[in-house]
Amino acid sequence: MNTAAVIKRILRQFRRDKRSAALMIAAPLLVLTLMWLVLDTDEAAVEIAAVGVPEHFVESIETEGMTVTVMEEQEAEEDLDRAEIDGMLQLEDGVPVLTLEGSDPNTSGAVRSKLQKQLSEQSSPIEWEYWNGSSELGLFDYVGPALIGFFVFFFVFIVGGVSFLRERTQGTLERLLASPIRRSEVVFGYLGGFGLFTIAQSVVIAAYSIYVLDVFMAGNFLYVLLVTILMALTALSLGTLVSAFAGNEFQMIQFIPLVIVPQVFFSGLFPTEGLAEWVQVVGNLMPLTYGAEALRDIMLRGASWESFQMEVFILIGFTALFTALNIIALKKHRPL
Amino acid sequence: METAVEMNSISHWFGKLQVIHDVDLNVEKGEIYGLLGPSGSGKTTLVKLMTGLLRPSEGVVKLNGEKMPALKQMKQFGFMAQSDALYSELTGRENLDFFASLYGMSRKDRRLRMEHVLDMVNLTVDASRPVHTYSGGMKRRLSLAASLIHEPDLIILDEPTVGIDPVLRQSIWNELNRLRDNGVTIIVTTHVMDEAEKCGRLALLRGGRMMAEDTPFRLKSKLEVSSMEEVFLHYGGGIRA
Repeated sequence: MNTAAVIKRILRQFRRDKRSAALMIAAPLLVLTLMWLVLDTDEAAVEIAAVGVPEHFVESIETEGMTVTVMEEQEAEEDLDRAEIDGMLQLEDGVPVLTLEGSDPNTSGAVRSKLQKQLSEQSSPIEWEYWNGSSELGLFDYVGPALIGFFVFFFVFIVGGVSFLRERTQGTLERLLASPIRRSEVVFGYLGGFGLFTIAQSVVIAAYSIYVLDVFMAGNFLYVLLVTILMALTALSLGTLVSAFAGNEFQMIQFIPLVIVPQVFFSGLFPTEGLAEWVQVVGNLMPLTYGAEALRDIMLRGASWESFQMEVFILIGFTALFTALNIIALKKHRPL
Repeated sequence: METAVEMNSISHWFGKLQVIHDVDLNVEKGEIYGLLGPSGSGKTTLVKLMTGLLRPSEGVVKLNGEKMPALKQMKQFGFMAQSDALYSELTGRENLDFFASLYGMSRKDRRLRMEHVLDMVNLTVDASRPVHTYSGGMKRRLSLAASLIHEPDLIILDEPTVGIDPVLRQSIWNELNRLRDNGVTIIVTTHVMDEAEKCGRLALLRGGRMMAEDTPFRLKSKLEVSSMEEVFLHYGGGIRA
């Protein structure tokens, strides 16, 4: 009953406070679009110089996205100095030797893989097939699912945490607790009010990423929604819990590098398989790890419910844990 | 006379700091009871103990005979905090509607009661505007209205007239007197002398201790002084006549 009153009030506040509502929807869309613009280019075009290489060999290795220019050795070295070309190809005793410019590992990798592919195709052509994804799968397709999860998580954490904090600083929490409301009703009201709003937010963000930005999507849209909404609820319960330890909005912002940024590193944007075991344990304590993994499972591998249900249950577990802790933390403001 | 609020040998600590020292007080139903003291004297802490926002380290607080904190008693009083405690994005009416809904009032009751308290604090015209457009005095009045929304028999007001102009202060006191005449018990904290004189009975606080408790008239006549200020200085300022 009181929970419903809190939910109604929060939705009313959203209607009045267009700016927070916009922040939670427009800001993730904007940042996702920017990421898309940066990451979704065709693979970087590389340029290498051929020094003392026969014409027919140059033609045979030239391919889409890799230009090969015949140069003198001195000219090529000067260009390498200024990083105007990405590599220099020479023949030493009939064996091709490639000197990479080398300051950008991504470019180096691109040159190597392109050249290797061209050379191997000459001797024994390989048919490439994909179990998951496709040959069209770009970097943005891979990081997209984690990014959707991350932005939902980040903005809900901030807006939810700050509004719960403001409840305390503007004195309404005390006023609220001086009424017959239960502590749990306050917390569930927040989960409900923001939860309803985050459903809308998740629909917009997921639909925009998948249908407008055209992120690779092999799975069920409703599964994506389910996971994003659960991530939003986890972020909300964590944000409101953390806000109990912040004295003002500024201190709330200070929790971002502490609570949010580390989660990014474990969300699958960077490979973690090779890391020390204890580092992986740290990653396993972070909600974003599970959310991002579930989203990748669904979007890249078209996973069925069975294969990502564990992540879903873990997210629900996180939400339940943070909510319970929050209800206990409110005891500080009213013992009952 | 029945007792509305009963505090028996209350002591309270924040960590190692003792903020309330062995306070006993009884507020009878239907009176205006004032807690007078300088800032830091423990007025707000006493209020929080009465409203169940704090559990006393020692002693017992009872509201209508029931030991606090008790969820059932939370319905029985109206509370106006020192801060305005309003949602600034929402309109005056939406704020009242929210607080009213916490007391389980029916939609119809809420409507009627809302218009009634808005009229009481003279905010009917501005009730549809968001609260962030209100002046300080209007916010105070809306806070008062919110504390009266469920027609409680007891209202507890923490510095209700702080930062309010004399005309408005007068109108709030007229309202409090009218409520008292209708049998409502009122507990009010203040550090303003002329306000203290309007209370039926007064408790003088200093450093978390109750220095004296009586009607303003008797407090003055006991010391043979003519103003509350002198009484306050006698007990609160540590100056002996």
